[in-house]
Parts: sequence; structure tokens; C-alpha cells
Amino acid sequence: MDFLNAIIVLLNFTVIPALAYGSQLALGAIFVTLIYAVLRFANFATGDMMSFGTMFAVILTYYFQSLGFGLGVLPTALLTIPFAILMMILYMLIIDKFVFSYYRIKKSPPVQFAMVSVGVMFVTQALIRIIIGPSDRRFLDGEKFIFKAKEFKEMTGLAEGITLKSTQAITIVVTLIVVSIMFWFLNRTKTGTSMRAYSDNEDLALLSGIDPKRVVLITWVIAGILATIGGVLYGLDKSYRPFVYFNNMLPIFAAAIVGGIGNPFGAFLGGYVIAFAEIFVTYAYKRFISYLLPEHLEPDSLLQLLSTDYKFAVSFSILVIVLLIRPSGIFKGKVI
Amino acid sequence: MKNYKNVIAAYSIMIFLIILVGVFQSWSIALTILNYCLISAVMTIGANIQWGYAGLINFGIMGYTALGGLAVVLVSVEPVKKAWQVGGLNILACIWIIVAIIFVVKFILNRFNKSKLRNYSVASVILGGIILLRVTATPGIEAIESVDPAKTGFLGGMGLPVLFSWIFGALLAGSLAFVIGKIALGLRADYLAIATLLIAEIIVSIIKHEEWLARGVKNVIGLKRPAPYEIDLQTSDWFIDLVAKINSSKLNLIKSISDKQEALNQMVIDASSVYVKLCFTGLFLTVVIILLIVTQKALYSPWGRKMRAIRDNEEAASAMGKNIVKEHLLIFILGSAIVGLAGAMMVTNDGLFTPGSYRPMRYTFVIWVMVIVGGTGNNFGAILGGFVVWFLWVEAAPIALFLINLFTSHLPETNAVRVHLIESAPYFRFLVIGIGLLLIMRYRPQGIIPEKIIKQ
Repeated sequence: MDFLNAIIVLLNFTVIPALAYGSQLALGAIFVTLIYAVLRFANFATGDMMSFGTMFAVILTYYFQSLGFGLGVLPTALLTIPFAILMMILYMLIIDKFVFSYYRIKKSPPVQFAMVSVGVMFVTQALIRIIIGPSDRRFLDGEKFIFKAKEFKEMTGLAEGITLKSTQAITIVVTLIVVSIMFWFLNRTKTGTSMRAYSDNEDLALLSGIDPKRVVLITWVIAGILATIGGVLYGLDKSYRPFVYFNNMLPIFAAAIVGGIGNPFGAFLGGYVIAFAEIFVTYAYKRFISYLLPEHLEPDSLLQLLSTDYKFAVSFSILVIVLLIRPSGIFKGKVI
Repeated sequence: MKNYKNVIAAYSIMIFLIILVGVFQSWSIALTILNYCLISAVMTIGANIQWGYAGLINFGIMGYTALGGLAVVLVSVEPVKKAWQVGGLNILACIWIIVAIIFVVKFILNRFNKSKLRNYSVASVILGGIILLRVTATPGIEAIESVDPAKTGFLGGMGLPVLFSWIFGALLAGSLAFVIGKIALGLRADYLAIATLLIAEIIVSIIKHEEWLARGVKNVIGLKRPAPYEIDLQTSDWFIDLVAKINSSKLNLIKSISDKQEALNQMVIDASSVYVKLCFTGLFLTVVIILLIVTQKALYSPWGRKMRAIRDNEEAASAMGKNIVKEHLLIFILGSAIVGLAGAMMVTNDGLFTPGSYRPMRYTFVIWVMVIVGGTGNNFGAILGGFVVWFLWVEAAPIALFLINLFTSHLPETNAVRVHLIESAPYFRFLVIGIGLLLIMRYRPQGIIPEKIIKQ
């Protein structure tokens, strides 16, 4: 029984939050990696693009709520995602047309692209703050919990309970659906194959008649879908704050590089690696251990490796270690 | 000669703009902007050395700025004797443990051949060392942080004059850059950018959360100053006489003695703040001019030519027998040290150290925009970039407010769009900076004052 309780504690405080957080990171990391693979630059506007898509979802959610639309137990935001994605793709295509395409045709070095994306980051941040303001916004409605700790305890008769928030379940399920559709698209369809060909060897792809404009367009469409869904899921789970999204860019980059940049599947797993590392290293194991050890051996301290203040630092340290030992990432990305 | 005309014209416009601020807003604001322009100029000189001379992309400027700030606290604050008594030994022991770990790891790496066993033993030494560190440090840190936590709760500094901290800040940032450069400089350009960005974030989070070091997010206020305090000036006779002399024509117009006294008091208060800021301006200007002369000499020396050769074609330079790894490391250290100096100058100017305020937006990306806008590879350009971008960063909000009021003046005061726009005026600075960067990158990628190619 004690052993079961220990497992439940671990599930409740580390595994479930890490899975949800990891899914949000994974979507962002695939976004970074796709842009890197096809358009060949590190996009420093990642976090703010995700925030931009989420902003539309937030505004539309408020609008739908005022009209009285809703999905009952599910959050209204899910209904607004398709519209937000459309707006996001439109914005990305405008940015690409007026900013990135010029450097792509000129074949500028990646560093110049990165600096340009910093410019895009500033503009996007300004637009977000001018349109919706910098304050904290919650837009979650519907049922908050699937089951609470108390109900779980009554159901199973254990001393410890699991709380499953509906946002966590939605995050994990939606991520799995989106990611599987995307992998199916990349690996099984002709368009997906042409994208991979373009990313592997641009000249050969052009020779075999692949239209680069189409590849770029589809990349931005997929990027828009991933960015918006990732952003909205994060916003539902925590809350929507433009500043936080900018900060989230850093663990997302870490996830993409740890997984091997340019490799979508690596990025997907990288998101979970970063999330689990962050949460496992900063979790206090006292309660977990006290169930496993006999009573007289119970530890006094919290048994925490690092304080939660260093959450971000953990993922960055992992990134630095990976860069040093294996710069192509754990799952072998490309080294362009 | 044509080139110099451009430079002089650009700088005259900049000075004219700052004077305009002085006339329309106030001289105190104008001097604050000028001081920050000068500090930004030092940062851009540092970033320009790395990016313009050697083509190294360093997104970790925020980290070195924060270290420079930390140096001010470590040097100028009086030591907290009680904290040293209760926890100083533990902290010193920790430093020795860290040194020991480094030596043991180095020894293992040098002594044994590459094998799985070696990797595991290095990992176990580091892990064991960290556990030992935590065991030693925890009681010491708790004791230090409980010493009068509202006022001190940290070890304090060395109690030296604050100007020493500028040198110490540069040394601190330079030595950290040595470590980071050893680790990260082998990476490709955009990986290096991401790695330095994240390492800077780690540095700032350590400074923020290790309260025994510099109080962390509780901030250190009331730091020493290299300039006199306003209060002292306002009570000293020579200063009051000076102000009275300068403004004698204005004062003579006032008839009644009590009014005259009141006007003089107000003038003395205003003048004291201007005087203090002028002192800072003088100090900062000296630093900028010294750095400008040194970097200019370096740029046109054989060493500068070597750096440009490495930047433009690494393989050719390496075929000519230049040690690229060593030169990159050297320039990474030099640039970071200058940024550290700027960080120390900034904290000295503010008189307070607030680790929570170090954010990548303000301290990394804006500095990069300055370098790109001003002109990479040209020191005059980089300094001008610091002036222009900082000026826009500060003045964008008032200008935006003015424009919004102008264009919405036909709308009623309570119009929702107008109210919303006026509320979001501060964020127009991001828009201005972003669009400015994009335009410069597109139409003048070499910056306002481009690099001069000199044939020797």
C-alpha cells in the first residue's frame, strides 16, 4: 500500500504536470525545428509568434462568451482555435512576404536571418501589447477538473490522491492528435515528402521539380497551426501573459536543440526531456521517500536537488551539456 | 574626408536632439538620457568588438551586464562583519571545494585515456562534489541570510571606493567569458547565439536567487557614488553662491526678498541634480573616449587586420598560420569585459542593484539593435547606434503620445479607441525599434556609419 501511495505522489506532482508542460514545449519545439529545417534559421520570434496566435484565441473567446456560445464542459477556447490559426497563418505569411523572402532569395547567412527575426520579435511584441495589453488574462471556462484528489481518494481508498485538471488532459490529447497528423503528413503524403526533400538538399529538390514557394507556404501553414495550438494550450493551462511567452522561447529552444535541431521527432521528444528534467530535478522528494522508508529512517530535509527558482536553469544546463557532448542532439538532427 | 563629414553630421544631429529635450522637457531629463546613451555606447563598443571585429555572435550581454552590477555590490558595500562570523567559513570552504573539484576533474581528464570509466568517474566526482557543496553551504547560507534580513542578510562587499568596482566588474565579466568561451566558442554561429543567451539567463537566475551573495531580488540600495550627493550640495555655501551668480540676472528681476529666497532655493535644488548628473557625464565621457581611442588603435593595428581576416575568411586565415581558436577566445573575453565595465557603470549611476530588472529584451536585444543600426565594425558607428537607439527607446513613448493625441484630436475624450491607444503608448517603443531594425537590415545592412575599408 505504501508503495502504491508513493507512486501516486510521484504521478500527481511530477509525471502529470511534466507530461502537460512537455506537450506544450514539444509543439513549440517542432515549430522551431521545422522553420530551422526548411527555412534554415533560428527563429527568435518563436515565443512571440505563439503569443500572437494565442492573443486571437483570447479575444475570440471573450467575444464568443459575450454571444453565449460555448462547448459546455470543454473550454470555449477550443472552438476559437481554427479562427486564431487562420489569423496567425495570415500574419506569418505577411511577415514572410515583406521580411524573410527578401533574405531567402538573396541566400543570406543564417546569422542575418536570426537578426531579422529579432526585428520581427520586437514588432510582434509591440503589436501584442498595443492590441491586448501586457496584463495577465485567464480565458479558461467549462469544467476545471476531471477528478479531484478527494474524489480519487474516496474511489480508491488510498491515502494520496491524484488531481487531474481538464486542461492537462486536453493538452496531452490535443498534442498527440496534432503531432500524429503532422508526422503522417510529413512521412506519408507527397507534399510532406517534398518538404523533407527540400530540407535535405535544396538544389536536388529544385532539380526534381519541387516548387520552393509551395514548400515555404506549407511550412508557414504548419508552423502557424503548431504555434497557435501550443500557445493556446499553454495559456489555458497557466494563464495568458505576453511576457511569459517570450521567456518560454528559451526552454523551447533548449528542447529543439536537445532533440536534434531539424528533426521534428527529436524535437517532440526533446520537449518531454526538458519538461521532465525541470520538474524532476526541482521536486522535493520528502513525501515520496517517506512512504518507501521505514518510519525511523524518515528524512528531515526536503530532499530537493535544486530549489524551484532554478527551473529554467536546469533546462539550460542540459542544453549546454548536450551542445558540448553531442552538438547534433540526442536524436541526431542535421548539422547544416 | 567625406566619411568624416558624415560622422560629424550624424553626431551633431544627435547632440542637437538631446539639447532639444533639454529645452522642451528639462535639463535633468536630457542629462539622464545622455548618461544612459554613454553607458549604452560602452556596451555597444564591447558588442561591436565581438561582432564587428571578429564576427562572434554573443547574445549573452545581459549576463555580463549583471555581473558588472554585482561587482559594484561586492566592491563598494561595507562588509557585514556578523554575517562573515556566522557563515563566512562555510562559504570559503565551498570556494575551496569548487577549486578542488576542478583540479580533480582536470587531473582525471589529463591522466587517463578516453574511456567509459573516465566519463563515469568525472561524472561521479562532479556529483559527489555538488552534494558536498550543498551539505557545507546550507547551514552557512541560512545563518548569513538570517542576519538582520530586512537590511543586510548578505556577506556585503569589500568597502572600497566605487570606482574600483568598474575595473573589478570588467575582470569578473572577462574571467567568466573565458570559461564560457572555452565551452561554447566551437559552436556554429546560431548555436552560439542560443547558448550564450541561455547561459546569460543562468547567470542572472543565480544572482537573483543566491541571497547571501547580493540580496537577490531584495535589491541592494544606497550604493556609494563617485559624485557628491544632492543634499550636501544644497547646504554648501560655494554651490549656492555659484547658482546665485549664474542666475543673477533672473534673481535681480524679483523684488521681494522672501520671493527671491524661494526662487533661489528652487534653483539650487534643480541645479544640484544637474550638477551630480554632469559629474557622471564627465566620468562616463572619459571612459568612452579612452575606450574609443584604444579600440580605434587596435582596429588599425596588425592585430585588428588579423581579426578582420579571420572574420572574413576563417580557412584562409588559419592556412596563414593564425590561431583562430585563441584569437576568438581573446576577443570574446575583451568584448565581455567591456560590457561588464558598462554594467558596473550603470549600477553606479543608478545607485542601486536590482537583479530582477535584468531581462534579455532590454539588455541583450536592444544592445544588438544598437550595434546593427549604428554600423558593425566601426566604433564611431557603434557609439552612434547606442545614442540613436537609446534616444528612441526613451523618447518613443512621449512622441507616440503626442502623435496619438494629434491624430485622434477630433475624437471625444472618452472614445474607446483613443483611450486604449493612449494607454498603450509606452509599447510603441518596441514597434519603433523593431521597424527601425528591419528597415536598416533591408536597405542599409552595413549600418548608419558603415565600416571603412582602408587599404594599407
